[in-house]
Amino acid sequence: PTQVVPGADPSARQLCFAWGPAEVLVCETRFGRAGGSRSRSPSRSQSRSPSRSQSRSRALTGSVTDTGEGAPGSSRVFLVRRDQDIYIQTLRKLFNESHGIFMGLQRSEDELAGKSRKAQLVQVSKNYRSVIRACMEDMHQAAVSTRDPALQGQYSTQVSILSAMELIWNLCEILFVEAAAAGPLLLRLLDWVRLHVCDVDSMVREVLSSENPSKHKLFWNVVDVFVLQGRMDEARHLLSKEVTANPTSMNMYKILDDLMKKMPMPSLGNTQTLTELELKWQHWHEECQRFLQDGTFASNPHMESICKILVGDEDAILEKKELMTTWYHFLVTRLLYSHPTVKPMELRFYAQSSMDLFLGGESSPEPLDMILMAAFEFEMHQVIKECSIVLSNWWFVAHLTDLLDHCKLLQSHNLYFGSNMREFLLLEYASGLFSHHSLWQLGVDYFDHCPEFGRVYLELHIERIPLNTEQKALKVLRICEQRQMHEQVRSVCKIMAMKALRNNRLGSALSWSIRAKDAAFATLISDRFLKDYCERGCFSDLDLIDNLGPSMLLSDRLTFLGKYREFHRLYGEKRFPEAARLLLTLMTAHIAPCSFWMTLLTDALPLLEQKEIIFSAEQTYELMRCLEDLTAGNADKQKFQEDDVETTKVEMLRLALARNLARVIVKEGTVEGS
Amino acid sequence: QDNRISLWSADDLGNVGLNGECHGEPHLLCDIQHNGDVMDMQFLDQERIVVASSTGTVTIFRHHQNNQTLSANHRWERAHYHVDQDTSCGGAACTGVVCNNPEIVTVGEDGRINLFRADQKDAVRTIDNADSSTLHAVTFLRTTEILTVNSIGQLKIWDLRQQRNEPSQIFSLAGDRVPLHCVDRHPNQQHIVATGGQDGMLSIWDIRQGTMPVSLLNAHEAEMWEVHFHPSNPDHLFTCSEDGSLWHWDASTNRSEKPSFLHQGGRSTTYLSHNTINQSVVSAWLSNDPTKDRMEITNLIPNQTLSVNSLDVLGPCLVYGTDAEAIYVNRQLFA
Repeated sequence: PTQVVPGADPSARQLCFAWGPAEVLVCETRFGRAGGSRSRSPSRSQSRSPSRSQSRSRALTGSVTDTGEGAPGSSRVFLVRRDQDIYIQTLRKLFNESHGIFMGLQRSEDELAGKSRKAQLVQVSKNYRSVIRACMEDMHQAAVSTRDPALQGQYSTQVSILSAMELIWNLCEILFVEAAAAGPLLLRLLDWVRLHVCDVDSMVREVLSSENPSKHKLFWNVVDVFVLQGRMDEARHLLSKEVTANPTSMNMYKILDDLMKKMPMPSLGNTQTLTELELKWQHWHEECQRFLQDGTFASNPHMESICKILVGDEDAILEKKELMTTWYHFLVTRLLYSHPTVKPMELRFYAQSSMDLFLGGESSPEPLDMILMAAFEFEMHQVIKECSIVLSNWWFVAHLTDLLDHCKLLQSHNLYFGSNMREFLLLEYASGLFSHHSLWQLGVDYFDHCPEFGRVYLELHIERIPLNTEQKALKVLRICEQRQMHEQVRSVCKIMAMKALRNNRLGSALSWSIRAKDAAFATLISDRFLKDYCERGCFSDLDLIDNLGPSMLLSDRLTFLGKYREFHRLYGEKRFPEAARLLLTLMTAHIAPCSFWMTLLTDALPLLEQKEIIFSAEQTYELMRCLEDLTAGNADKQKFQEDDVETTKVEMLRLALARNLARVIVKEGTVEGS
Repeated sequence: QDNRISLWSADDLGNVGLNGECHGEPHLLCDIQHNGDVMDMQFLDQERIVVASSTGTVTIFRHHQNNQTLSANHRWERAHYHVDQDTSCGGAACTGVVCNNPEIVTVGEDGRINLFRADQKDAVRTIDNADSSTLHAVTFLRTTEILTVNSIGQLKIWDLRQQRNEPSQIFSLAGDRVPLHCVDRHPNQQHIVATGGQDGMLSIWDIRQGTMPVSLLNAHEAEMWEVHFHPSNPDHLFTCSEDGSLWHWDASTNRSEKPSFLHQGGRSTTYLSHNTINQSVVSAWLSNDPTKDRMEITNLIPNQTLSVNSLDVLGPCLVYGTDAEAIYVNRQLFA
């Protein structure tokens, strides 16, 4: 789909672009023209001006939001959003349901072969079509019930687009998926015409429901319609009404009725071979011609024209142009009455000539006509290409191509950037989905089934989904984890953890870093906790630190935090020996960061000053060594530090340690009285 | 974004097909626009619905049955918020809501617990920073006590009568602190609680004893979003998950009641004794080895694709919604 941004004129102003995840910003500048500085457009309230001309011949795909007034000299910023269709509420059913069908198709594999596989694929095709029809219904309902004329226009256009899509899809199903052979081919085409040319339906209903159908002025039109569409029984039924009202034409009626009854039609079962049918048909055709030439119907022009149609007289059929309304109706009628055993490959000749005869140089073919023509010519690639150009959304071509690919009909037509057509279209479609705040989930599955580039596309897109709630982030994470996208897992977890940290939700931040097994972040969080402790003298979020469990081992700092808290707890519970041992281990095993050693030693002070001796001699020596290590390291730095508090602390520690050492040596040296 | 709260009628008229499926489709009665994602909702009474939003707002909608419309009755803006103004205007998602007319309790990503009364403008009670991580779900334990689960795998009991802002009890799983996403209490036996975790594990807790779950059942392959005991048939439990499945856990022990001639003296008598003591029947959930007691587990979704986000069950009806934007109604659950 091409995008024209109305109002943005590169010749008038130099334009600049900025790509966003789902949109493009186009901005007018004065750069390069008289003046020079780039003018920035202030952000004002946006007015949405939907500008899409929806006729089938031109497709315009961006919705342009215009910011700013058009005062001379001011610049405008355009917001061009690709794939506007995904925001249409009523089409969401289409996307969701077709996703289900698509997944079913991918999973079905090639378990079955031959006829049953074909039947399966035809069923899939029918499912897609029924989804399109359901959507048409909804859209039609919406169009009828809305009171806003602009909206109504929009809905009506959508209905006609969907109807055209179904028309094309149906034809592709007949010709490509089912690959109907000569014989059944005509029957399918007749069904197709009957289903889709419905402009005459209201007329038919009107006549049938009137009290005296044969007196209705449109009576013969309806009979003609039935004949043109090969609905012989219904035509005969109506004719019988006419003859009861008008007994003079009894003879003619009987003959015509008989002819119509005997008309040989292809059958779906294998009850007759093609040659049999041809022979029968040839015979019947001659009979009709004889009656015509004998002038049997000369007195009743209506019946005569019907007989002419039966004989396949092109001019007679063409006379009923208004009743057929389209050239493909004409094509099928022609085939019905001149060559019912047409082979698929012969269709193209008839199609071309039918279109030429029908349009007769008065009007030129529309894009829809060209697409159908390409289908009749069995040019699948052409069909897909034309559809891509005309339609504003990749949905149709992506799904149709995928289906055709499953029918093994598309040769791997390698496009110059490496992927084949099916994959290219699926990638485009899915990328469009990703710009939607909730349909992106469907896009994931589509990427999964693009073997070459799907994963790369998914990796790039999934990181750009806005994570407004934790639940959404969890869904994204689950998708990444299932596909072993570790980079993306880490990235998403980091984003969420940072957000949590900024909001002071330390527990959440920790839980995100556990999920990503991100040791560095866990260290960051622990440092935060420790900082809080140093500043406030107590721990925040005790429920978290007390219950860290095995996740404590994620990072050294976290382990230290857990153990340090445990020390405090032991102290609070007055289990001093254990507390002392833990404290010492924290330093000697180097679990504690060097910056914290002073704090730890200060924590040891009250333990040293207790009445009973807690630290053994060994332990006291260890403590002294730690203190020396600490002060030795700081000696150079603190040369001209007149930090009295620090030196006082060190002094006090030395004193306490010495006293403890003295006491413990005495105690340990004393022989216990037994 | 166009999010709406919709009220549907799933009629009883509808022909019953061969498989017992009902063919009458649910049809839309009325809907109303909603700001932000709908994170949770619950009926307050026959006419009012409380809705929790991702913007941190809690709204009460009233359904007017005479003209089939919905209107916003009352709104508590900023029920949940972060202090930092950078992130989404300070609003934090409200993740769970539970009602016990006229009281409404909400929890959110900001770790806050709010207690509202339906007719009062301001919150009756707010526990700030009740949790350092996100609270995912809340349910009533008793009229004055609530249960919450959070993203570091803890189940907490809060006593709302007490003024202190501390939980009265904390339970957690051993091992990894897997976030818990949903919680539900047994309708009759108030000490039995079920929770679902991020790894799809279903845990059954007996809150009278210990701080660890009684049983851990490996269920889904992804986050379990909701768990519900059947309100009138509590031997049945339902769970739904991100992996697209919805499981029906059937722990009823009185399925094979017919005494067979071969087991005259043995099994059937054991069953009788079970059934006479009301308590033992329900202890199916608390038994240590659920597999021994023939718990039947069925996946109710034939072709699963996208996540089942939410479910609810009442009487013979089950309703659930998926990420494929479809709602399914099953009106013959126990057929």
